[in-house]
Amino acid sequence: MGMQQRKMVVNRRTFLATSVSAGLVMGFGTLLPGCSREEAASDLAAGDVSRVFSPAVWFEIDGSGNVLINIAKAEMGQHVGTALARIVADELGADWGSVTIKHVDTDPKWGYMVTGGSWSVWSSFAMLSQAGAAGRTVLLDAGAKLLGVNASDCTAEAGQVIAGDQQVSFADIVAKGDISRSFSAEELAAMPVKPAAARRLIGKDVDALDIPEKTQGTAVYGLDAELPGMVYAHPMIPPTRYGSTILSIDDSAAKDIPGYLQTLTIKDPSDLIQGWAVVVAENFPAAMKAAAAVTVEWEAGPTAGVSEADLFAEGARLVADSASGVLFVDDGDVAAARESAASTHTATYRTGSALHFTLEPQNALVEWVDGKCHIHAGNQWQSLILSFIAAALEIPETDIVIHQYYLGGGFGRRLFGDQMIPAALAAREMGRPVKLVFPRAEDSRFDCVRSPSVCKLDASFDADGGLTGIEHAAAAGWPSLSMAPGFLGDAVDGNGKYDGFSISGADHWYTLSNHRVRAINNDLAQRTFLPGWLRSVGPGWIGWGVECFMDELAAIVGADPIDFRLELLDAAGKNAGSSPNSVGGASRLAAVLRDVSGRADWGRLLPEGEAYGVAVAHGQERNMPTWIACIAHVKVDAETKAITVKKLWQSIDCGTVIHPDGAMAQAEGAALWGVSLALHEGTTIEQGQVSDTNLDSYTPLRMADVPEMDIQFMDSTEFPTGLGEPPVIAVAPAIGNAIFAASGIRVRDLPIRL
Amino acid sequence: MIEFEVNGKSVTTNSDPETPLLWVIRDELKLKGTKFGCGIAMCGACTVHLDGTAIRSCTAPVSIAAGRSVTTIEGLASDAGQALQKAWVAEQVPQCGYCQSGQIMQAADLLSTNPQPNDDDITQAMNGNLCRCMAYARIRKAIKTAAIAGEA
Repeated sequence: MGMQQRKMVVNRRTFLATSVSAGLVMGFGTLLPGCSREEAASDLAAGDVSRVFSPAVWFEIDGSGNVLINIAKAEMGQHVGTALARIVADELGADWGSVTIKHVDTDPKWGYMVTGGSWSVWSSFAMLSQAGAAGRTVLLDAGAKLLGVNASDCTAEAGQVIAGDQQVSFADIVAKGDISRSFSAEELAAMPVKPAAARRLIGKDVDALDIPEKTQGTAVYGLDAELPGMVYAHPMIPPTRYGSTILSIDDSAAKDIPGYLQTLTIKDPSDLIQGWAVVVAENFPAAMKAAAAVTVEWEAGPTAGVSEADLFAEGARLVADSASGVLFVDDGDVAAARESAASTHTATYRTGSALHFTLEPQNALVEWVDGKCHIHAGNQWQSLILSFIAAALEIPETDIVIHQYYLGGGFGRRLFGDQMIPAALAAREMGRPVKLVFPRAEDSRFDCVRSPSVCKLDASFDADGGLTGIEHAAAAGWPSLSMAPGFLGDAVDGNGKYDGFSISGADHWYTLSNHRVRAINNDLAQRTFLPGWLRSVGPGWIGWGVECFMDELAAIVGADPIDFRLELLDAAGKNAGSSPNSVGGASRLAAVLRDVSGRADWGRLLPEGEAYGVAVAHGQERNMPTWIACIAHVKVDAETKAITVKKLWQSIDCGTVIHPDGAMAQAEGAALWGVSLALHEGTTIEQGQVSDTNLDSYTPLRMADVPEMDIQFMDSTEFPTGLGEPPVIAVAPAIGNAIFAASGIRVRDLPIRL
Repeated sequence: MIEFEVNGKSVTTNSDPETPLLWVIRDELKLKGTKFGCGIAMCGACTVHLDGTAIRSCTAPVSIAAGRSVTTIEGLASDAGQALQKAWVAEQVPQCGYCQSGQIMQAADLLSTNPQPNDDDITQAMNGNLCRCMAYARIRKAIKTAAIAGEA
């Protein structure tokens, strides 16, 4: 799936360190084809390496010893810059107090830009460590020379190179200004990275660098960006995402509104933005007022009548059709297991449409300068949207720059920057900077919705009640199919492609001798709306079916749900794990399950109508497992059927934890997202559109709904994996399983409504 | 023309009296700390103080401020306000941070009338403020931390 594609981008690395007038610049990245390290070093000294070098890590030390680490990842609440900078600074031996970070724009010199998939720390850790170690080597060598000692007798700590009782600061080393070094991939591979015991910053508490300005009102988000002479645009969104055409626009009632300028029809030659108009005004209140006064008549596209019920019906039809979909897992022979089964059990699980509802609504400010398109907006996957923007504007990607801002929530919505396209087209037509702002209802209607999904699970048992096989069919809209088809994976039998972001999680770590998974695209969903990547993505809905079904199977065979799972988590065969990402395999999942069981005192007597439920998850991808076990303590009122989550426990093993408090904050927020998606928020597609567009009917969890939480990380020095999304996954099935234990009611639909 | 005070300074606007106060604050006065979230007074990101009381500026017409005093996150200078901002850092509350100006303004209103709120008081006062990152546990903790600081 996605990772295969990414590895093509991340290949052989080179490290460059060169003195420049302002200090020492260090880059760790890839030489572009046909370029030598010498060329790259000389271009680096001249201040421009974009023609020869694509850095993945880029940092500078000035003559006062201040370390500036450039961050190409989006800051959307995960304090990613702090975590990434800590990794570099630890290896470098920098004084943390001298470290600052900068979030960069899309100049090609920053390399491939994506922030999602809970990948940032996992995908950056090795190269950040290597870059820091290479930088330390350069500083040790230069420092040793100044001290007149051997580099092997020196250490780097807190911004000093130290040899016995002598030391020289990074500032003094850099100020000498005569460094020019480069290392090949082989030299880098041989460069020592600190053992865990020698780390000074990783795993230690620190305040996140972005927090102070987020308490003073001074943090600048995309919506806060302004340019001289700019005008505001309000979107007029068509009745369907695709295929609607504008028949007429009548703005006569808007002409008297002070500040109203005009209504533009958006013509996107790439056909991504279809049937749009924007109302343009001197200020945003005028744009809103004018938008209410402008009448646009559309001929609606072919999906104008599609409802959530239609999407579920199509999903149900697809999972029942054994010829549909492509094979994602095919171990043993499920058909034979079913034929020889003494008994079987089948259940169908569904999840409904859900919105990102980033609190900062979608927006983009665009200015054309000398034929170049400058876009100001917070975004998670600049390298993806650049190609779409280039196609829409019919200009090369190199003529587009996306200027990054803080993101007022990402959650996957800002992996796609499609709102930039109408803003850029409007700005070109107006000949002035245009700031396109989505009011909330328009933001919801333009969302890339978490697709409704349908999963059918069939289990086979032998005469002794032993589980002999599971067949799993899952149908949903596929985000990558519409937005990033290059990220589709190949079926295990080579027949067709699947979206890992829609099926990941079905390749779980339970040992089953016969296991087959079919990934099915719900084409009606694909045509009706743009299926999105929503925090926890595929595992968020796949895990609902898998983990509730495990509970059903445990009940059928009369086993304790934890014992039943532990027996299947034997770390045998393909579940043994491998280095570096999944060392220990399923035994680590068993370990978090035992840990959470002990901490929650699983099995203790609870009052009538209350019960525990359990579920596990392995994070976003099998190749990047974050091992999680969750127990939910739930009360179901016998009369009203009101559901109260009293407490949540999670035990999490994500390998090495870089920024412990930031990791805990992510886990707390993600766990509550799990509760919210299970019990509080959700919408439906009606008439081809999102039906709940604001907080009067779309109701995410509020403070009054917060359960007690007890979340703990396992002590580990294993390779770090992902964290922003994984703690969402097991919460909903743990709640569903607790509802069954408390009330006898088996819920199979998300959101849960009793 | 409407005249009022923002963060202790006298300001005027020629906007239509029905214009939401939020947009006057953000786009005319260039105080961007106050945020636009839902536009229907249900998320709290736009919370400011009008004569010391928390209001939702996205639905309040600017005319309501005539002759009165508005405080935004940039001008929050009360003891409780400063204690809250410190507590927000101490408890590492913000994630994306977009709702936090509104959360702090709402909490400052709470502490100004109830310096030692219990859990129910906090829930009641803060339930109208959505945090999409769901940093609620830390918001609660930081309000308690600030309340204790105020007691000392």
